[in-house]
Amino acid sequence: MTIEAASLGCATAGLDHPAARVLIVRHQLRWWEALPWFAAAAFYFLFPDYLGFGTSLMIMILFTLSLDLALGYAGIITLGHAAFFGAGAYTVGLLAFHNIWTEPITSLALGALAAAAVGLASGLVLLRTRGLTLLMLTLCTMALLQEGANMAHDYTGGFDGLPSLDIAPVFGVFEFNPLYPDTQYLYTLAILFVCFAFIRTLVYSPFGQSLTGIRENLLRMHAIGAPVRRRLVVCYTISAALAGVAGGLWAQTNAYVNLSALDLDRAATVLIVLILGGYGHLYGAFVGAAAYMTIEHFLARIYPTAWQLGLGLLLLVVALYARNGMLGLSELIWRGYRARRETS
Amino acid sequence: MNLAVDFASILLGGLAAGTVLFIVSVGLSVTMGLMGFVNLAHGAFAMFGGYIIVLAMNRAHFGFPVALALGFLGTAALSVVLEQSLYRRLYRAGELDQVLLTIGLIFIFMAVLTIVFGPQSQPMQLPPELRGQINLGFMQYRTYSVFLIVVGALIVLAIWLAFERTHIGAQIRATVDNRRMAESLGINVDRLFTVTFAFGSGMAALGGGLGAEFLGLDPQYALKYLAYFLIAVSVGGLGSVVGVYYASLLLGTLDFVLKLYMPKGGTIFIYVLTILVLLWRPQGLFGRKSA
Repeated sequence: MTIEAASLGCATAGLDHPAARVLIVRHQLRWWEALPWFAAAAFYFLFPDYLGFGTSLMIMILFTLSLDLALGYAGIITLGHAAFFGAGAYTVGLLAFHNIWTEPITSLALGALAAAAVGLASGLVLLRTRGLTLLMLTLCTMALLQEGANMAHDYTGGFDGLPSLDIAPVFGVFEFNPLYPDTQYLYTLAILFVCFAFIRTLVYSPFGQSLTGIRENLLRMHAIGAPVRRRLVVCYTISAALAGVAGGLWAQTNAYVNLSALDLDRAATVLIVLILGGYGHLYGAFVGAAAYMTIEHFLARIYPTAWQLGLGLLLLVVALYARNGMLGLSELIWRGYRARRETS
Repeated sequence: MNLAVDFASILLGGLAAGTVLFIVSVGLSVTMGLMGFVNLAHGAFAMFGGYIIVLAMNRAHFGFPVALALGFLGTAALSVVLEQSLYRRLYRAGELDQVLLTIGLIFIFMAVLTIVFGPQSQPMQLPPELRGQINLGFMQYRTYSVFLIVVGALIVLAIWLAFERTHIGAQIRATVDNRRMAESLGINVDRLFTVTFAFGSGMAALGGGLGAEFLGLDPQYALKYLAYFLIAVSVGGLGSVVGVYYASLLLGTLDFVLKLYMPKGGTIFIYVLTILVLLWRPQGLFGRKSA
């Protein structure tokens, strides 16, 4: 037997191993992964009156995806993710309000850079800690930025925020303001698609694998010599940049920025959306955001207190019974159904 | 002379605010230290107790001490029910599940109180003997603030004695230091936790009622002051009563001074200080490194 044949034999023998089979197919596209994008395209044609809602839904999806990267994949539990959303939103807002830079795509990139800078700076110091201390530090960082934005009244407008931002047309052609919801919708969809493609590639890369490893067994990752701290900081920075893009989009499409971008409320909401959908899944963000935003849009305005009560009960149920959110629950039901069909 | 009086009045105001913060937070510190349970709903217990106390006085016309006792007992009873039915299931779960459960509880408390009593703030009517000014010898000051400071000092003394000198206190300290070892020695940690949890929630209720006069009491209370309770606990150190007392007094005074001299955005210094302290000592000023 030649060496090639031997090594080939080894390789094919390895391929039969169940673990190898999982590893080979896990990053491949599956048919249902096209569904969200079909839905987004169908939404554009079916509900032309709700494009504004669709835009804010997609921004929520992007924001939730950014948190999924930090929380779902790397296991960084944060209560202050709105810090990066706000950093992106205020960067775009300040540039547009003071007429420094209004080109939408490059200002989004600048917003992402600013948020990444905040993420890198805070990540370098905060990610030494864990547990309650980390929760508190992320919360305080966000509160710090919010108070800072409130104090720098002359530049940020303080409590009133920056109203009526002027954003230049996309590619210099398509008018960009809330009067043109179709432009905003397609623009947001394109940005979301690009960001999603990036995130999906990232989580299936060796880097993404090592993040999962850190989440699942920190000690072992240290033991095999993985640069744990550096991986976490890089992941936190990337997550911050993506949250910054979401914040920038929020500022551009609403044409205003205010302190609510940096609120504890926003940070808690994105956490809830991610958990409701299911974390560490990528698609949990889509399911969670769609469910949350739809209920909020159509019910919460009419019955805010009942919505709050229902949300509280839902969180109890998810915390106690459905650790992986709606996606995890449906997976469970699907598996149970398949198992029953196979036995019968 | 005038300067000294100004200084003293600011200090007293700050200490009174800090005392309320301590009364609310002390239970959170001990229960988090005992079980490592991230109980964000602690502020909701304070709010619930505050509602009992204020409504018992305003609507049922009970006296102040009776209302306080009712608030303490009612909230402690409710917390035992919740502990047995909900919290207990998540002791060994991750922080994320605990955070979710307790955020859910906050929402439920807020919604129920809004549905039953409306979104408006509940006004606190102080009993006549606590209104007005008291003569401290060198200056006049608000009777209620002085009352709060004295009550707070007595409470910290009582809790400290209970912690250091009683059997159950020794069990709590042992469990905070090393839970597995304490369990091996035959301490019933679950029951210990239930008792401590009930007591801590009752204290939170007292804090909610005693502080209602200047913190206000509306359904947003549980979220509005959550960051402050958590800062007091994490800066003071989990499981440390004295640590939380000092941290609360410091935080209360700082907040009082900043609100007076820098009403716009002065609280930024509180957050900066908290971040610095936690980076310097992640276990808090008086906390011990966990084993």
